[in-house]
Amino acid sequence: MVLKSAAEIEIMDEANRLLRSILREVGGRIAPGVTTLDLDRFVEERIVAAGGKPAFKGYPHPGLGPDFPGTICASLNDEVVHGVPSTRVILREGDILSVDVGVLYRGYYGDTAETFAVGKVSEDARRLLTVTREALDRGVRQAVEGNRVSDIGHAVQAHVELHGFSVVREFVGHGIGARLHEEPQIPNYGSPGKGMRLSPGMVLAIEPMVNAGGAEVLLSAEDGWTARTKDGSLSAHFEYSVAVTEAGPRVLGLLPGEARPW
Amino acid sequence: MVKEEAIQVEATVIDSLPNAMFKVELENKHRVLAHISGKMRKHFIRILPGDRVLVELSPYDLTRGRIIYRYK
Repeated sequence: MVLKSAAEIEIMDEANRLLRSILREVGGRIAPGVTTLDLDRFVEERIVAAGGKPAFKGYPHPGLGPDFPGTICASLNDEVVHGVPSTRVILREGDILSVDVGVLYRGYYGDTAETFAVGKVSEDARRLLTVTREALDRGVRQAVEGNRVSDIGHAVQAHVELHGFSVVREFVGHGIGARLHEEPQIPNYGSPGKGMRLSPGMVLAIEPMVNAGGAEVLLSAEDGWTARTKDGSLSAHFEYSVAVTEAGPRVLGLLPGEARPW
Repeated sequence: MVKEEAIQVEATVIDSLPNAMFKVELENKHRVLAHISGKMRKHFIRILPGDRVLVELSPYDLTRGRIIYRYK
């Protein structure tokens, strides 16, 4: 685990601000008929134009698979995370699409994700998005000095299960800095008070992945990346990079109007 | 990110060393230096040469492991 200086955190704030402003534009482009590769191209252009480098493109497969081909992970409906952008994935009214994006910017990584509704979605999908976002907020609120890593996951899990949804176990949040994935791993479940103690200067990517049905996921045999819910239920995913500071959690890269009382 | 967990493999204890360390042989004939998990120490689970055990290996250092279970 690497502690970051105030100056490093400012760079990471900028990196995440870039991503979140691009995601806001992505939100404006999401419409029936758009393919996930269209969105991928758009995000890549924007990142490169701002002097950044896509962090996910070419990321090595954790097992024996191909490197990740996209700039974004675009995960549609029952896809949990790591959806591979493709011309074959065409958005339709009522879909939900998670867009996860990372950047290497001035030597530091930014990582953030958002799940969008395509047009008008079902009441259940809407509720899943709301609960997942709230769960992320609950997690962020635990990212304070003196707490332990598992306090974050515990808060996320408690909120998610209270609403009858389930938390994905196979994927976790992570420390972030001069490397995309650093210690510690941050599961979105577990009993409180376990793991590393949090201290100012830590930057954590907190990313709950929530399934409307069961928690189990399956990995696509086709591309080696896309994770889907086993029961075909919808899945949502939100992510912030959060710095632990003396003044409490600081969500990096927030745009005007996004700040909430953590 | 994908959760990274220690790899679990079955092994046979070859030799008992000081400080609750053991030399164990994996099924692929690799020999690994392994210590006993704290939980097993706490419950005085004795390990003798010849025992079958479950060993946890870190993907980063495959020459050392942690014994987490002794088969009966």
